[in-house]
Formats: sequence, structure tokens, C-alpha cells
Amino acid sequence: MMLAPQDEDQGGAAPRAKAILMITLNGRARQDLVDETMLLVDYLREVCGLTGTKQGCDGGECGACTVLVDDRPRLACSTLAHQVAGRRVETIEGLARNGRMSRLQQAFHEKLGAQCGFCTPGMIMAAEALLRRNPDPTPERIRAALSGNLCRCTGYVKIVESVRAAAGPAVEAEAAR
Amino acid sequence: MSTLTRPPRIGRPTPLVDGVEKVTGRAKYTADLPAPGALVGRILRSPVPHGILRRIDTTAAERLPGVVAVVTGADCAVPFGVLPIARNEYPLARDKVRYRGEPVAAVAAVDEETAAQALALIAVEIEPLPAYFESAKARAPGATLLHENKPGNVEREVHNEFGDVAAGLAAADLVRKRKFTFAEVNHAHLELNATLAEYDPERGWLTLHSTTQVPYYVHLTVAQCLGMDTACVRVVKPFLGGGFGARTEALGFEIIAALLARKAGGTVRLQLSREETFLTHRGRPQADITLEIGMTRDGRITACAAECTQRGGAYAGYGIITILYAGALLHGLYHLPTVKYDGWRVYTNLPPCGAMRGHGTVDMRAAFEALLDEMATELGLDPFAVRRANLLTAPTTTLMGQKVMSYGLGDCLDRVETASGWRERRDRMPPGRGLGLACSHFVSGTSTPKHWTGEPHAVLNLKLDFDGGITILTGASDIGQGSSTIVTQVVGEVLGCDWSRLRVVSTDSALTPKDNGSYSSRVTFMVGNAAIQAAESLKAILVAAAARRLEARPEEIECLGESFRVAHSQDLGLSFSDVVKEALIDTGTITVKGTFTCPKEYQGDKAIRGSAIGASMGFSYAAQVVECSVDPVTARVTVHKVWVAADVGRALNPLAVEGQIHGAVWMGMGQALSEETRWDEGRGLATNLVDYRVPTMAESPDIEVHIVESLDPNGPFGAKEASEGPLAGCIGALMNAVHHAAGVRAHAVPLTPERVADLIEAKERTAS
Repeated sequence: MMLAPQDEDQGGAAPRAKAILMITLNGRARQDLVDETMLLVDYLREVCGLTGTKQGCDGGECGACTVLVDDRPRLACSTLAHQVAGRRVETIEGLARNGRMSRLQQAFHEKLGAQCGFCTPGMIMAAEALLRRNPDPTPERIRAALSGNLCRCTGYVKIVESVRAAAGPAVEAEAAR
Repeated sequence: MSTLTRPPRIGRPTPLVDGVEKVTGRAKYTADLPAPGALVGRILRSPVPHGILRRIDTTAAERLPGVVAVVTGADCAVPFGVLPIARNEYPLARDKVRYRGEPVAAVAAVDEETAAQALALIAVEIEPLPAYFESAKARAPGATLLHENKPGNVEREVHNEFGDVAAGLAAADLVRKRKFTFAEVNHAHLELNATLAEYDPERGWLTLHSTTQVPYYVHLTVAQCLGMDTACVRVVKPFLGGGFGARTEALGFEIIAALLARKAGGTVRLQLSREETFLTHRGRPQADITLEIGMTRDGRITACAAECTQRGGAYAGYGIITILYAGALLHGLYHLPTVKYDGWRVYTNLPPCGAMRGHGTVDMRAAFEALLDEMATELGLDPFAVRRANLLTAPTTTLMGQKVMSYGLGDCLDRVETASGWRERRDRMPPGRGLGLACSHFVSGTSTPKHWTGEPHAVLNLKLDFDGGITILTGASDIGQGSSTIVTQVVGEVLGCDWSRLRVVSTDSALTPKDNGSYSSRVTFMVGNAAIQAAESLKAILVAAAARRLEARPEEIECLGESFRVAHSQDLGLSFSDVVKEALIDTGTITVKGTFTCPKEYQGDKAIRGSAIGASMGFSYAAQVVECSVDPVTARVTVHKVWVAADVGRALNPLAVEGQIHGAVWMGMGQALSEETRWDEGRGLATNLVDYRVPTMAESPDIEVHIVESLDPNGPFGAKEASEGPLAGCIGALMNAVHHAAGVRAHAVPLTPERVADLIEAKERTAS
């Protein structure tokens, strides 16, 4: 069995086309010169330095890279950065406001919704999207809505408890604040 | 006071000390660490499962602009392996490749694309050899050997017998013998494997940040493989995205990253894909088990004979320990008067297996619990009654020399029987729905270290300085289980001080004392005990200082939280900062140490070969009831609820204990229902998280935890392990629940709809 070498004169990566990307990221407008083929997850992590958004698979398998685009959950590993041009993008780093963790963050912390913490940013963003659509979901609704986000530590029990603890009338009050 | 600000004490539900970082996205995992200008590492892997490596030509890759370093097997001639007696793996294959996906070369280049191009320019010539993907074929006469020194491709055989098993079987009223097969499973930790390797060419220093549960083993292994002085290596474990045993040995990619960084004279980031993380594997091996049990009419076990063959993959790894564990933990759960065990660990041309949560014991325990249930049914006995007929009484010593010092299994059974409504509900379940019971146990730390150095099993330092802050310096790897939180609680409990004073610095070989790592559930037990000793030592210094200042004797000093005063006096006493100031006079910064060593009598019986494996100072116990249904049309098994009671000794952090038990039960459920690595001629068919079916939130049940505290005499404040013991029970309980629901006994796991449908069909054929 041979692994034959490929053509030698391809050498060096060809320069890729770049374009200006304008988005609102965690409430702030920004512009960057971004490779047209760059994935949103790489843009967030490498260009913006927001490493809270995680990559746990080879594309669309685990949900760890979930961010919000115009309030909807989206997999940053399966989205080109330029696809969200002009949109509102939110990551885990944008949830704490005025030095206070959000109710979901507080609940995940206090109720041990996070163990190793690797799935947590994606899980919290997916839960945030759910609570914006449905401020008081049942445990069954939570389980269905977050089923695209894998966690290997918790068995999900305390994740459901955390989301429930952050749900309900207080969420609506916070939204109105 | 909120749970965030209450003083750290044991026994209170306590959020993780590093939880805020995790929920805010501030926690830095290996791939998140800033390394501007780092080169990108990539690995070229063998396309054949077994063969002789005739030639590797890297000339073209080296000439490609942007490529800084290329390494092959020629760059490292030192084999590695976690067991000093079984080192037979090279970071990059030399002479032979033994599984599809084995690393053969690696490059460091300026960017991802260049690295990928460079890999494509490497020519590899491999002469194929016959390859074996099943234990039986690898063991067949005339099979080509994977390793020349292992005839029959058997890495290790284990044979032991305690008491007269034949006589025990003869004395039984019922003897049953069954064969079971358990599929290979993978940890599927969410964080991909990654290493950031920085080489300082001027000083000859190497710094690694890596995804490991055992930074100390990584340190030793990398120094050995690179021929470096250990003093020139620094290993740091940043936040870690799970482990479950996958990362309890130094792994090839970590050494490759170091080789690349040294050759490049700079910094290399090596990040594996999910597929590569699966190929790195180290999961629980596929196991063929034959089990025979003898039982009296009233449910007492008279004899147990077990055979286990594990398909170990291409290299040794933890293999010897895994095959020993499968036999060793037959003991210690029930009273077994006679036991025979025969085990074979087999080399095959598949990615190497390793340690996985419940190491070595899980499949055997599930088989045992399933057969116990079958025999109970045949004898007309209740599953609870059969288990109660065979309970141990602590303290006791097993036939294999294990000391059981605390034993709460009886209480666990009582708790889940009541909680699940077993007595009222079991005979009134609707068709297709069932309840099943099983028990399980695990060690709280293996009592014998893998590297015998004469050092204590655990060391922990506390540093107190002018600011009144106490830094806990520990090598214990927090992998999400909350070890940093546990040591903080323990130190807080002993010192009586507030959260604000306590901070943890962990797993940095330049700063923290050596720790063997997070495996075999040793950390709470061993590091917890070391933390108690360190904190008591610091407290004695503070009490002596307070006594000096108050002109009293130390034994007259009373501590109330952070205040120190002479007992029964009207004094206001001294504040913590006053006492610290006094304590620092003439000495300055105070550093104290606590250590813990497992006494010899807990390290197994020297007269029994292999008894060091499975020897522990404390065993955790669990009983669980699973409620499931089996769909009459699709034969799909759904778990509706699990009630689990676990004897964890003293629950130092009940919140974390619950979380660990949830995770263990659920991981057992995944193995029982759907998880299975699948290889076709060594090609991964499930090397992603879609085909490797980890249960999602939608198909995962509520798990109700009951904590039983038996208070172990040796555990820190009576604590034992909580995160491994409950796993195996879920598999056995689910197998039994499926029988209750659908009337079929599954002997092959996972219980996929195909397998269950076949069983139901076979049963209906027999009936008609």
C-alpha cells in the first residue's frame, strides 16, 4: 500500500478573497476584514478573541458552538461568518450585563448545570434562545429544545433543573427591565 | 447568605469554585489559550490496519514553503505506555503499523492549509500484513503476531481460583451458565484532544498545556520520549472538557506536539478532530464474558466462575490492569464463598483500548447482575431478596485480600425499593413496561501507585502570606468532577475561614506538588486526606500565634469562624488578619504540606498474584432501579426513570455527588442502549457524534438520587468515591427491566432495537 505524494508545485496556501464583515456582536457594532470562507466559529474565536464559543466536533454534531443570531440559536461551526453580515450575533460572553451574570448563568452555576463546562456556553445560549421564545417551558419542552446540545458529564438532569430555575415570571420581569 | 458566599464547609451543597468561569465563557481550555504565531500541527495516519513500514519520504513536504518541521518514527525511538512493564507504543510508528489511523508522520506549518498540503506530500510505503479485528481471529493458531513477544496475540492471561468452585457448584440447587457480549464504547468527552507545546530553544525548555487527567504522567513520558531532563519540562493542565478515563495516560499526540515544537524551535498547536479523537480511543474494550453461578434455593450464592476476553486493540496501554480488574471486582460487592476467574487480553488491529469510567469492572458486573436476576426469576425469588441474601458485613476481607471497611449496600437497596415503589408497582406494570434492579461498586482510589517511587500517594501545599490569603496548591486534576472545590471545602472546614481567603492553584508542574492524577476515583479520598493534614498543620501554626499574642496556651484557644480567643474568656479575641500578622513574625510567608499514604495492609495480599489491582481503602456501593418500556412495534427501549441510591461515605459536596451519580448512571444507560464504536476492517464507522450514539437530552430520563452515608473510617471525614460505582448497575438494571417489560433476556449489549426485536421474534417463534 502506497500513499503517493501529490503534485509538488501546489506549494503554499493560495491567498483567499477577503471582504469587510459588519455585524453587531454582543451589542456592539464591529467591522473586520474577513476571509469569505471563514466559519463563524473561527471568526469569533480567532478574529474576535471570544473563545467561550467551543468546537467539540467536526461539524454540526454536538451543539457546543451554539450562538444566537437575531435571537435564534445557530451552530457557528456550520455557518460562514459572512452569512451573518448585518445581523445581531450574541455569544456567551455577551450574557452577563453590568457585572451581573444572567439568570441562566447564575442557575447553571448554583445548580451545577455545568460540570466540565465545555458544553456549557452552547447549552446556555440554546437555553437563552428557548427562554426568549418561551419564557416558561416545561421540562419536556426544555429536553426537546436542547436535544441538539450534547453533554457528557451531567446526564442532563441538572441542566434541565438549571433552565427551569431560570424560567418563569422572573424571566419576563428581567426582559422588561 | 447565598451559596456563593457561605463559608466553604463540608456536607453543604456547594457550587464549583471555578463554576463562574465556566458559565461566563471565561474558562480557558487548551484550544482557547492565546499563542500568537503558533505553528499548526497535523498528523498523517496509517491507511492500513497492519503492515511493515517500508519507507517514508518527507522530502517534498519539508521543501514546501511554510512548513517548519516534519517528524516521523525516526525522531523518537523510545516506546511509551502507562505501565512501566508494558511500553510498546511509539508516538509515530516505527517498523510496523498496527491499526488504521496510527500516526506515521506529523508536520508543523504556518497555517492549516499548508499543514494539510504538507501531509499530502509525504510518501509512505507499507507492506500489508494479515489484520485481525476480532479477539478469536487474533488468537487463532498461525495468526501473525502484532507484537513478537506475545504469542497467540495474548497480552496477558489471568487465572485464579479462590476456594473450591467445583464443590461450590455441586452444592448449589441451581446452576446457570450464560455467555454475554458487550460492545466497545468510547468516552466521547466533549472537548477534542489538543496540546499546545512551546519550546524555548535558547534554554532547552519545553512547556506543554494539554488535555490530560494525568499531567504528571505526561511530564514523565514526554521527558523520556524526548530524552529531556524532567527539570526542563513543565506541564500545565488548563480547564479540561471531561475525561472519563480517556486521558489517564500520556497519549501519542501529546508527545508528537512536543517533538514538533522542539524540531521547529517554537510553539506548536496540535488540535485533533473528532474523528482523530475517536481514533486515539482508549475506550472500554469489546468483551466476551462467560459466567456461571451456583445458588441455593433461598438465593445464596455458592460459587462463581467467570471468563472474560477483552479485545484490547493494537497496544498495551492499561490492558493488563483492565483484564485484572474484571476479575478483581467480582469480589467486594456480595459474599462469594468460591470464585474462579480466567481472563485474556488480546491484541487486535484496532485503536488501543484503555481505562474508562468503572475501569474493567463494568461489563462483568452487568453480566453478573443479569444472571443473578435470571436465576432469581427461576427460583421464584424477588430480585431484592436475592441480593439481600448475599450481603457482606463490614469490616471484612474478600477472598482476594480487599478490605471492605464500610458497606452501605443494604441501605441502598432499602432506599431504592421504597423510592421506586417496587413492591406496589412491579406486579402491576402495564404490558411492555418493566422495572429492573442491579447493584454495583467501585474503588476509592487504587492503593498501589503505578510508579513505585516511595513517595506519598498525595501531597498538597497551603501558602499563607501577608495578605491573609491562603493559596491551595494541588496537583489534583479538576476534570469537571469538582476536585478543586472539594479541597477548598476541606481546607475551609478545618480552618473555619471564609471563601474570600481561599484560592486554588492546580496542575502546573512549576507551581504545584506532584499528583498521580485523576483516575480510579482516588482524588477525593487521597488528596482530601492530604488536604485535611495540611489544613490542620496550618491551623496549629495559627493557634500557636494566637496563643502567643493572647498570652495563653494553645490548647486554651478557641476558634469561632475567623475569630480566635481564649476559651470561656470575655475577650473580643483576635481577628484572622491579626493572627496572620502574628504568625508571620520572624518567619514570613508560611507554607505547609499535607500528605497521604495508603498503608500496606490496604495494598492487597502479597501472596495473591494480581491482588494489588482492585485493592482500595474504601469501596463505594450503589443500587438502582430502572423503569423502561419496550415499544411493541419498533422494539425500541425507552428509559423513563432511574432511582439510584449510592453509598458514598460522607457526601462532602452533596451537589457534586448528585451530579457525579447522574453522570455515571446516564453513561451506563448510553452504553446499555445505543453506544458502540463500530469498525469495518479497522475503518471507523462511528467516529463522529452522530453515528456514535450518545443519548440526547430528549431521550434521557429523570434520575432520582438518594445518598447513603456509611462513613468510611479511612475516608476524609468519612468520604468515599461517587462517580464510577453507579455506572455498571444501570446496564444490569436495564437488561433486567427489559426482561420484565418484554420477557426476553438480552445477552448482547447495547440493547438496540434490532437486537431486542430479534429476541422478541425468537421468543414468539418458540411460543408458537
